[in-house]
Amino acid sequence: MDKKQIMLGNEAVARGLYEAGCSFVSSYPGTPSTEITENAAAYEEIYAEWASNEKVALECALGASLAGARSFCGMKHVGLNVAADPLFISSYIGINGGIVIAVADDPGMHSSQNEQDSRHYAIAAKIPMLEPADSSECLSYTKLAYELSEQFETPVLLRLSTRVSHSQSIVSLSERSEVPMKEYVKDPARYVMMPGNARVRHTVVEKRLQAIEQYADTSAVNRVEMHDTSIGIITAGIAYCYAKEAFGNHASYLKLGMVYPLPSKLIQSFAKKVDRVIVIEELDDIIETACKKLGIQTDGKNLLSLCSEYSADLLKEKLLGQSPVFTPYDGSVPNRPPVMCPGCPHRGLFYTLKKMKLTVCGDIGCYTLGAVPPLGAIDSTFCMGASVTTLHGFTKVRPENANKTVAVIGDSTFMHSGITGLVNITYNKGISTVLILDNSITGMTGHQHNPCTGFTLKGEAVTGILPEKICEAAGVDPDHIRITDPNNVKKLEAILKEELAYPAPSVIIVRRPCALLKYVKKDKLCIINKDACRNCKSCMAIGCPAISMSADGKPEVNSTLCTGCELCARMCRCNAIETKAK
Amino acid sequence: MSNNQTVSIMIAGVGGQGTLLASRVLGNAAMKKDFDVKMSEVHGMAQRGGSVVTYVRFGKEVASPVIDRGQADVLLSFEQLEAARYLPFVRHGGLLITNTQKINPMTVVSGAVKYPADILDKLAQVPVRLETLDALSLAREAGNEKAVNIVLIGRFAKCCDLFTPEELLESVKVTVPAKLLDINLKAFEYGYRA
Repeated sequence: MDKKQIMLGNEAVARGLYEAGCSFVSSYPGTPSTEITENAAAYEEIYAEWASNEKVALECALGASLAGARSFCGMKHVGLNVAADPLFISSYIGINGGIVIAVADDPGMHSSQNEQDSRHYAIAAKIPMLEPADSSECLSYTKLAYELSEQFETPVLLRLSTRVSHSQSIVSLSERSEVPMKEYVKDPARYVMMPGNARVRHTVVEKRLQAIEQYADTSAVNRVEMHDTSIGIITAGIAYCYAKEAFGNHASYLKLGMVYPLPSKLIQSFAKKVDRVIVIEELDDIIETACKKLGIQTDGKNLLSLCSEYSADLLKEKLLGQSPVFTPYDGSVPNRPPVMCPGCPHRGLFYTLKKMKLTVCGDIGCYTLGAVPPLGAIDSTFCMGASVTTLHGFTKVRPENANKTVAVIGDSTFMHSGITGLVNITYNKGISTVLILDNSITGMTGHQHNPCTGFTLKGEAVTGILPEKICEAAGVDPDHIRITDPNNVKKLEAILKEELAYPAPSVIIVRRPCALLKYVKKDKLCIINKDACRNCKSCMAIGCPAISMSADGKPEVNSTLCTGCELCARMCRCNAIETKAK
Repeated sequence: MSNNQTVSIMIAGVGGQGTLLASRVLGNAAMKKDFDVKMSEVHGMAQRGGSVVTYVRFGKEVASPVIDRGQADVLLSFEQLEAARYLPFVRHGGLLITNTQKINPMTVVSGAVKYPADILDKLAQVPVRLETLDALSLAREAGNEKAVNIVLIGRFAKCCDLFTPEELLESVKVTVPAKLLDINLKAFEYGYRA
């Protein structure tokens, strides 16, 4: 079989898993990594699941490796923070069946709360890391990662970035190699990490790293391309693509496929062949620092930024002094930031929170958009699960604010890491009010199932977990676990007032399915009766993209965008908004 | 194009307009002609009604999947404002095809700024080859307003010399979902004739 196909980087990683005989995948969704696991799940030969969070996912994958199967776990960069605990231990344990851990960084923060260079984790956990530059390498490096994993008895990290994960290029497909399960043999000296055993394992890890560095010095995964020798560029991943675009054959390249451990001898021999070395790497100066440690003079972060993503344009400007020739648009172009969709169930909630002038501890998901105008209701957003916990800390030191401060967290994020925060509130006599925004799906990453939705990644029906049952088990008084529809803003406001006044932990489940779900009916349409409209502009306050001011100075509804959720009709003080069938 | 050149096509629109499918149609057509192909796209937060852009590049050997300012041979814009926003990416003499549809961004919806009224006039004055069409109406005529993407591909088929219309039509057939094929074939034709 030699079939060529255009594939997304993430899809190619999934293809690599398939061809390498991987049989177990456990991940938590996170842009830009999500499609790896979605595509892996499409292969019958691979068991794939959405785990409740990244730490859970990695531990499950380690369990499958321990049992002898080739296993995989994928996540975004901040997911690896959550999974850091098992990551470090996985290095000491080594592996039984091969294990590959993919981590997708997001330089430029297309869809993330920070920029983070995951290569630091490879260094800190002493785990080798490969970094592909296009879809073809996504596939081949994934397969190579399993070979290395089993050859050196180590987990292998696969570092991706947004532009690799979400770019498409041509790959050649091969058949799957069925890899038999390795035998499981009880071996406590290796698998039970208590001090006596771990001390021995640490020395194994250090020796293993030396062996892998030798491999890196001689393996074809690190490639030298000699052209013009006045400039020698050391680079990896997508930065290699930008460098090639900017310099073409006017430079020579050391293209690193393995970014940890780095090939010291290869770097030194390459540096000797060129007049000037430039290290081109997005985010941190990891390769550059390694070069300097080897006594090699390089340019790099003295000319290029530690922040955001690079481009060929940027390299030409900063390294070659060339400015692009282009035609500017002669006029102002209003920004188009992302917004909550028409019919979004979060809209009525954030409208109400803003109206009540509450302090809102936010979390990670579509509802983070509740922070932007005109809703602008969210005060803080840190990381997954942090709404619940920051609320607790906030109200402990400002108890007088407890009746005007809430946390908002989505159903999937609550299952990810909100539960432990809620347990902490009830245990420590907190007085917080937590709002669980149950839209029946993991929205932001593109509709993945989670423990609450009633389906697995493979589409099997299961009993969905009800967040209210978890809250009750976590110690919240059942009388103060309320369930309401966010579009019924009057009732929502009344419930909020009651629960904010209650001086003990309370939870409000704000429940309405995501408007983008196929089963959500969108067969109605709101219409503004212009005769009845007295221009109170209440409908404009909810920031619905389907409503805007028309030329006659009164609001009107865009019939294409409107989903008929009727939130605007509930807002209208003139009773001017009617609905009709679409 | 000469053999060593990379062709750069940029597709700009608003999250939810179907720009990804359009880039796949072009990518598949280029692969069929044995070109190396690289494309880049946007997922996640920006997709929620934000400004989205996808890149399609093909040639003998393509280095980067990303298109920089002044580099696009073609800009296929799904919306007026996005045509203005991404104009700086079009090279001098490049082709700019834009849907005349206007989608108000939240900044306009909220009344903070006005949607510029003179975009098409201004685009007509810059050194690019401008083609405009009302792709939304044509898509509706074809049976589904979501077929704006294929209407634009149809128009692209008429005014580009990179592919024959048959090559693009063939790529539409293999790329769009089977149950929407009839609507999309109509959309292609309406765009081509526009």
